[in-house]
Formats: sequence, C-alpha cells, structure tokens
Amino acid sequence: MTAPRPVDVLVVGAGPAGLAAAARLAAAGAGRVEVLERETRPGGVARHCAHGGFGTWTHPLTGPGYARLLTRAAERAGATLRTGVTALDWAAAGPVLTTVGPGGPETVEARAVVLATGARERPRAARLVPGTRPAGVYTTGELQQAVHLFGQHIGTRAVVVGASDVSYAAAGTVRAAGAEVVALVTEHPRAQTGRARARTARLGHRLPLLTGTTVTELLGHGRLSGVRVRHRDGRTTVLPCDTVVFTGDFVPDHELARRGGLTLDPGTRGPAVGAALHTSRPGVFAAGNLLHAVEPAGTAAREGARAAGAVLDFLAGTPWPDPGVPVAVEAPLRWIAPNRVTPAAPQARHVLRTRIPLTRPVLYVHQDGRLLHRERRPTALPDRTLTLGARWHERVDPRGGEVRVSAG
Amino acid sequence: MTVTAAGPLPQTPYDVAIVGAGVVGCAIARELARHPRLRIALVEAQDDVGQGTSKANTAILHTGFDATPGTLEARLVREGYARLGAYAAETGIPVERVGALLVAWDEEQLAALPRLAEKAQRNAYPDTVLLGPGELYAREPHLGPGALGALHVPGESIICPWTTTLAYATQAVRAGADLHLNTAVQHVRAADGHLLTTSRGTLRARHLVNAAGLHADTLDRALGHEDFTVTPRRGQLLVHDKLARPLVRHILLPVPTALGKGVLVAPTVYGNVLLGPTAEDLDDKRATGSTADGTAALREQGRRILPALLEEEVTAVYAGLRAATGQEDYRITAHPGQAYVTVGGIRSTGLTASLAIAAHVTGLLADGGLDLGPVREPEPVTMPNLGEAFPRPYQRADLIAADPEYGTLVCHCERVSRGEIRDALASTVPPRSLDGLRRRTRARAGRCQGFFCGAAVRELFERGARP
Repeated sequence: MTAPRPVDVLVVGAGPAGLAAAARLAAAGAGRVEVLERETRPGGVARHCAHGGFGTWTHPLTGPGYARLLTRAAERAGATLRTGVTALDWAAAGPVLTTVGPGGPETVEARAVVLATGARERPRAARLVPGTRPAGVYTTGELQQAVHLFGQHIGTRAVVVGASDVSYAAAGTVRAAGAEVVALVTEHPRAQTGRARARTARLGHRLPLLTGTTVTELLGHGRLSGVRVRHRDGRTTVLPCDTVVFTGDFVPDHELARRGGLTLDPGTRGPAVGAALHTSRPGVFAAGNLLHAVEPAGTAAREGARAAGAVLDFLAGTPWPDPGVPVAVEAPLRWIAPNRVTPAAPQARHVLRTRIPLTRPVLYVHQDGRLLHRERRPTALPDRTLTLGARWHERVDPRGGEVRVSAG
Repeated sequence: MTVTAAGPLPQTPYDVAIVGAGVVGCAIARELARHPRLRIALVEAQDDVGQGTSKANTAILHTGFDATPGTLEARLVREGYARLGAYAAETGIPVERVGALLVAWDEEQLAALPRLAEKAQRNAYPDTVLLGPGELYAREPHLGPGALGALHVPGESIICPWTTTLAYATQAVRAGADLHLNTAVQHVRAADGHLLTTSRGTLRARHLVNAAGLHADTLDRALGHEDFTVTPRRGQLLVHDKLARPLVRHILLPVPTALGKGVLVAPTVYGNVLLGPTAEDLDDKRATGSTADGTAALREQGRRILPALLEEEVTAVYAGLRAATGQEDYRITAHPGQAYVTVGGIRSTGLTASLAIAAHVTGLLADGGLDLGPVREPEPVTMPNLGEAFPRPYQRADLIAADPEYGTLVCHCERVSRGEIRDALASTVPPRSLDGLRRRTRARAGRCQGFFCGAAVRELFERGARP
C-alpha cells in the first residue's frame, strides 16, 4: 500500500449533504477539503431528478440545477472534488480511508471524515416480491438515470409500485419517456402525497391509483409480461405491462459506515448520531440521507452545513463527545433522527417516520417513565416527513435510560 | 472460434453434436475438443451457456461424502471433485475450501451423524470429524441456539458455477468447437447419422450426446427410449448481501432425515450468503419463479440456523429446477447402435462431476465407434476472477497502472470496473443480455440491483464499452 496522503477533511459523497459540508468547511478555512464521489459527476440523486421541487421558493430549481449550484459553491469555496474515486474501506484506526480510481489505489489520511453516502431504494429482491426474474424491473433511481441521463428506451406500459412523492416523480419519468403509466399501486388506503398532487395526477394526467393493493407476483420469461396484484378484498388481477418501477422504501447506503464499525441506529439503519452529527468513531461525522432515508435535498444540505460546524469545532480542539442518550421510537413510528441526545449539541429538530397514517397525532417523549415533552403535530403519512422539536433536550438526564418517543 | 446465435447452421455434418450447453454439455464439448480431428457442435436452445440448472444451484464443490456408495454418481462426483479442483486452480475459477458442517438440531439428527461419517468412509472420504456443541459454536459463533453437534466435512468447497461453465465453453470454442445458441432441437431422425431439425434449420451429426438437462427425457423419447422421466424439482434460494458474509464460515448443511432434507446456509465465492433451497416437485419445466410461501418457509428455517441473517438485505431470490428422475443415480446410457449417448438425471452434483462425466461420456462415444484421433491439449484459459478470496481488478495496482479502466468502477455494490465489462463484451463467448453480463462480471448483482449503476451498465452493454 502507498504511504497515506494527508488532507484536513475528507467528505465521502458529493450529493447535497457532502457538497454543502465541503462548501462551508472550505470557506471557513478548514484547510485541504476533498470530496470523493464514485460517480462520474457530482450531485448525488439530485443529478437525475429532472423535475422541480429543489432550491427555494424564490429560486426554484430542478434536481440537476440544484446539483450544479451546490457543486459550483463547493468548488468556489476551494474544496477539491474528485469524481470517479471510490472510498473502499478504512485503515485500522482513525479517519483514514483507502480509495481507488483510474489513478490507482490510495490511502487518504484525514483529520476528520464526513460520511455523506446517501440512500437508495430497496429493489424488488429485497422486498421479496415473488415471481420470475424478467427484464423491465426498475427502481426510480435506475429509471431516472436511464431516461434523463442516457435517453434509453424503457418499455411501453409501466406499473409504478408506490404512491409517495417519489412514485409520482417516477410516473412523470415514465410519461417523459413516452410510455404509458398503467397504474400506481399502493397497499396504503390513500396516496402518500399532497392532495393537490394526487388530484392532478388522477384527473389531469389520468393516472389510475390502486389503493389497498399489493403486488404479489412478477410474470414473464425474458421480458416482464405483467404483474399480479391482490386487492384489499382478496381479489387478484393481472395488470399487463412490460415495465415495473419499485419506488420509495429508501434505506441508507451504509456499507462504508458498517465497514468502519460505526454504531448504527436500529431504526434508521444509518449511523447513530446526535444533533452535531458525531458518529461513534472519533473523527468521523455523518450527514444527509445516510442518516434518514429519505428527506428532501434541502434538509440534507442544511445538515451537511451543520456537520461542517461540528467538524470545525473538532479541528479547533473540541473533544469528541460521549455517545449520549439513545432516542428510540415506539410503533407505529419507524425511526427518528438524530437518535442520540448529547448535552452540548445544537437543538436541531428531529425527523421521524410512521408506518401508518396518523391523524393530528400527539407525540410523547419519555425517559425512564418520566414525561419530558408532548407536542401535537399535523396529520402524518407513511413516507412523509414528521418532525419533532428539540426543546425537551435540556430535560434529558444524561445518566438516565433511553428516551422513548411514542404517538398517541 | 465460432459462436453463432442467428442465421442458418452449417450443413457439413459434424462428428458429434451435443445438445445442451449447461455445465455438463460444455464439459463434454471441452473434453472432445481435445481431439483436434473431431468436428463438434454444441447446440443450445437459449441465448447463453449455463442458462438452466447450471446457473441456479447451490454452487458447491462436493466431496461426494454423502453419495450412495457404489453408484456411478458416487464415482463421478469423487473423480470430478479432484479434476475440477485442479482445473479451477489453473483456470482462475474461484474456489474456497471452507468445509461443511452438518448441524444436528435434535437427537435423531445427532444419532445420524456417525452413520454419515461411516457412509463417507465407504465413499473413500475418511476426513470427517464429529464435533460437540462447544467446538461447533467456536467455529460458528452466530449459529442459532440449540445445536447439539455437527459432522465436519473439511473438503466441501464453494465454487463459481458461472465461470466454470464459461471456462469449459471458452476452451471448447477456442479449440475449434462450434457453439450454436438460440438453437432449440425440435425433431431428430436417423439419416446417415442424426438429422436434427432445430429452430434454426437442420444440423447433421454422426454421433449425438443428449445433455439437455430438464429436457433430456423428451429428447431421449424422440430417439425411441422410455428410460426415465424428468420431474423438475424447484429449489428457491435467497441470496443475502455481502455484509452478511462475516456471519458464517462454513457451508451449514442440514442432516438428512426421514422427514426431508432441510435447507442449507452457505457462503458464495462472491461474498454473499445463500439460504435454501426448497424442494418442490412440479410439472412445468419453465416454473423458475419464486413464491411467497417458498421464501417465507426458507426464512423461517433460516431464522433457526442463523438468526442474524434475517436482518440482512436479500439481493436476489432465484429458483432453479433440478432434473429429478426418481432414481438414485445418474442416467448415463450409451446406445452404440444409434451412435447416441444419454446423459440424464444429472442432479445437483452435476457441477462437481462435470469433468468426470465428460471423460466418461467420451469413453462411451469411443466404445460406440467414434474415432477420437490424436489428442492435443487445448490452450489453457485464464478466466476473469469474480471471487472475493482472490484479488479483483479494482484491488490490483499493477493492472490499474497498465489500464486505468480497471480502476474506473461502474457497479459500486460489487465493485465492477469498466475494464471488466469491456473485456466480457469482447470475450470468446460474449453475453447477449444484461443477465449474461452479470454472470460474467457481477455487474448489477449487488444490494442496489441497479439503483446506482443499472442505467450506466446497460449503456455499456448496448452501446459498447469503448470510450
């Protein structure tokens, strides 16, 4: 192995979180700030979201536009972007990574590492959807790249599995590719999107939505010929199609975190972090959708900037904090992030997910049977952001047991 | 070097036609190709080699310790194990000699272990060792609670079935055999040898080898024999992500009892962990789909064997059909009067036995009047390494320095470089589908199943990997 090459901060992943972290770190004079991106272009998932919803109210952008904006900001601030370079694994200790790219293998020794490796959708196999293994089976990520980055032909009739925001984006991509959307299929009783979007899709674009419906089998040899679905009442039907898109069901892309022995949160399956985004491995921070799969790009970017603040403190000599008090959720809540409470951390709000729709729920925060906080929230849907404020952090006993968040 | 997938077939008669380019058919073609005077056709209905049982099995190189002593299968597995082990080492087919543990979960299974050790002795495999629970859990710390002991079979190994089949086919084609893909045999009749009517026209051969796997009984009947019936036995398998690999060190085999065979948990040479197979006797030879009941049953059994495995991502669910004949042995029969050899009933041990079957079949053909002529050993081949136990291109500084394309990763989960995809597309037996490319490179075989790289890999496949 070659001698380690020193940098000050190594950011892994040039999506919104990584680029925003790099921009702030470089601008604040953190020294040599290097961003590793294994894809050929920076921007992460945003680079193939060829639809609006990025940027701000005053500066609305598409995904690719937003990716370019963040890339320019990081480069202008003085960060070095290295695309086509993969972080493979860790050295035995510390924030030291082995990498490979066209230039060959390398060991990079950083004073701090920010992991921003993002999230991915769970594909058909992980969802254990039975049937044959034909061609024509996509995730939204693959579909968007196929259509928007490569202009590939995708098929003529597509079933979209899911009815969350990303599912509607996938349906838009299917239509943009000149194919017909046979239906959106969700096991939930309604779409996991705003009522306006659902109505526009149904009435404006005539996209059928099948609620209370599960995909039970993929059919076809060679190419997909249809999907079998089961309705709530037990009836089954075959929807003839040559393409199926499995949307949503995001999970953190946590391989590097796991290889580094980072403590994972059992709910998110991403690294366990407090609000300042320290992981369990000294010198290693994490930000973005690696922590919560998935939040909008803007949330990831703000979190990247927040991680950069903690990195700057650490480089200035602030000691690595204790792990903090774990925060867990009770069903039907699925996960919460950040999922540690550490005394000195900023009071950033938490994001949560629910498994089932909750109408104007009250969230309760308990520690060792003691009620720390209660808060009424707007109606929450699966796959949509639910938030919880952080004002209760000061009431957490740092030597006490796990904090538990429940919905009532 | 000839591989065809469309258009008319050559009309000059071949000396031997082999029907079926699975691992057995390819091994026979390779063995016959050692005789340069022979004109050999390897005829395959599908668009690639190894598309049937050969691609969807448990990928184990068996010692044959549990074969029925005295059978042809027992002998060919034992010989094939040694032959394939040596061939893999010289060819670069990944093999890991991880050993197997037959884990006993109840008193009945525990009582069966000494009998299995004794059976292994009779199969000329004396190296088994009985382990108590202490040593078993020291070897497999993640094993579920309640195991009473195990029989250790150190020689059981894991192997890459795709590279094995492809290595045979590559060597056969380079030595002069013709591989005709997309060529489904429809009729056979005797006419100065054999006249095969196929989906791509007619083909003539003096000698015929039936290595048609699941369809071997159909072809056998077309030649007038009613010796056996192939009942497809479906085996569903779950493939778990590489992050599960540290959970298991050996092949964990069930102890066969009167109640059935149970399922195994086995590492793969790619670093995955397999759970399966089911054993479902079916009628439909195309029923390679997975079922909700099947996967649920496997997960239920897996939960007992290796509880932590259930927490890991499943990267693939596949179902293979084994060629069950209701017989306890292979059905390899020579019909010298017809210049015809049937290679039927090759069960899950066929991968291990393939080279020994090939030698045996070649002997039968010679006995049946085929003049083999002189031997010329074929040029050795070196196959691209898909195994985790050996350096992959992205880990090789020398290779990347010589060609940066090996440092340009396209499939990130499996760490497949652009250089490897380019090489596969330019290989002797190139892939004709993305699945074929996956079996040659591992591209798109990982946990994301194409979320990150799917479109980029398809772009290389459809438009070529040259910049």
